[in-house]
Amino acid sequence: MTKKAKLNQKIAFSVLRFGAALVASIVVIILLQITINGYSVLSIEFLTEMPRNRMTEGGIYPAILGTIYLIIGSMSVALPLGILSAIYLNEYAQPGKTKWIIEMAIINLAGTPSVVFGLFGLAMFVKYLGYGASLLASALTLALMALPIIIRASQEALITVPEEYRYASLALGVTKWQTIRQVVLPAAIPGMITGAILSVGRVAGETAPILLTGAAYFLPRLPDSVYSQFMALPYHLYVIATAGTNIAQTRPIQYGTALVLLAIVLSVNMIAVMIRRHYRRKLRN
Amino acid sequence: MKKGLYREKAIESLLYLSGVTAVVILFLICIFLFKDGIALFQKYPLIEFLTGTRWYPTSQPHQFGLLPLLFGSMIVTFGAIVLSVPLGIAVAIYISELAGAKEADVLKPLIEILAGIPSVVYGFFGLVVLVPLLQNMLDLPTGQNALAGSIMLGIMALPTIISISEDAISSVPRAIKEGSLALGSTEWQTIYKVTVPAALSGISAAAMLGIGRAIGETMTVMMVTGNTAVIPGFPDGLFAPVRTMTATIALEMGEVPQGSEHFYALFAIGSILFITTFITNIIAEYIKRKYRFNLGAGQ
Repeated sequence: MTKKAKLNQKIAFSVLRFGAALVASIVVIILLQITINGYSVLSIEFLTEMPRNRMTEGGIYPAILGTIYLIIGSMSVALPLGILSAIYLNEYAQPGKTKWIIEMAIINLAGTPSVVFGLFGLAMFVKYLGYGASLLASALTLALMALPIIIRASQEALITVPEEYRYASLALGVTKWQTIRQVVLPAAIPGMITGAILSVGRVAGETAPILLTGAAYFLPRLPDSVYSQFMALPYHLYVIATAGTNIAQTRPIQYGTALVLLAIVLSVNMIAVMIRRHYRRKLRN
Repeated sequence: MKKGLYREKAIESLLYLSGVTAVVILFLICIFLFKDGIALFQKYPLIEFLTGTRWYPTSQPHQFGLLPLLFGSMIVTFGAIVLSVPLGIAVAIYISELAGAKEADVLKPLIEILAGIPSVVYGFFGLVVLVPLLQNMLDLPTGQNALAGSIMLGIMALPTIISISEDAISSVPRAIKEGSLALGSTEWQTIYKVTVPAALSGISAAAMLGIGRAIGETMTVMMVTGNTAVIPGFPDGLFAPVRTMTATIALEMGEVPQGSEHFYALFAIGSILFITTFITNIIAEYIKRKYRFNLGAGQ
């Protein structure tokens, strides 16, 4: 080992270490900036009151509620569909053209830009099916975006169930579907929940699709049906951060909204990671 | 028994239907997007859309030239990739080859957090922190420019690039690395002459997916790039405001009457975007599969 090679290694390793430190500090800076500045406006009133005085005062309750509605709406479509789809791919589909086409479709859905989903939701749900700009149209659009995440996570969960379970059950004369329902699914459920929760994080944070399919700038009332327009946290943050005349004055509210959104998305993700870890440890023992 | 068999068949058909939904959805996206996109060309020539240098959707007569938006997307994406690919690969190498278990346990969750932050929060952070910083540091008329978009998109593409590159690097067989070390190479020589080249296809798949993510990102670029539809120069265009294809759709869709030429023009842009990301996804997947096969054959 020459001296020069040693020196090169030293320099290279320092560069790599610097890169890792840089990325770590970017994450920490973003989190701290939003937490520190947003924390001061957080209060029960901020979370439970309507915006007042052209959104320069008051709370963000309707936006929080709208986001919760979107999560419930999109999950109730995407979750069953995604899990059934994963069961088909893993337990029934034979390797071949059909399976390949489905998997390529899932990969492409996962990589399609959110604004394109928004355009599709606008053309199909808002216009063609006549739902109008509404909670329903937005929730369905978001459901389509969540679908590939749920399918992938459910497939991963199904793969980890040992083949022996299936053989043992089938050998006892139990039918295929009963085997899946009573043996495979219970073992795979934690993994599927992880996927579902991860997709909730995605749904809660998406802006572009709902902007095109039903999110409103401001509404004096809460949505009263699935055909109502609605306010939602990510769009609300965009609106108060970029539009209006008092952008600088409402900065604390902007930080507060960003913090609430970030807290929802990250805590949801953290729960998913914890479930996954717990489950993996259990599998290993 | 017969009733049970019937039930099994019914369930299998239901599962099959759910299985093909992804294909159906993708198919529907194509139809609805292209149908409204193509509607533009009944009134506005395709060639002018593709080669036009002016995007003046509201002037009379309308001008729907794609080029300023296309180049806007390209320059922001280019900047993002230049920043994030080397950095992402460096972090991936660090995590898989240098970091101890404890360090990796800190870095990995941090990167997962980076992947979880919503794009509108990135946009907000860019707007209130990065934009004023760039304006003051580089003494520019505005900090809302392509560079701000590139930096934010670069950060957002990092998790994709890091996690896929890391997978590729850590799946390089140990025997190859040990062979190199046994021949007297330093650890670093082994990394950059053996490990990284062996993982190169996985790393390029990561870069492709990063590009796809950056081209398709909407909210962040809309909030930090200033949204001026002019063809950017190179490289000075990096320091000027630009408008991307995604931002154009999100900004203008709210104000156009449904069924107008402008409305269809936005769908035409959406179609171009969809085709672009479709191609990058396919290429990334192709590279990924090929490299999996290669490693399998080597073992």
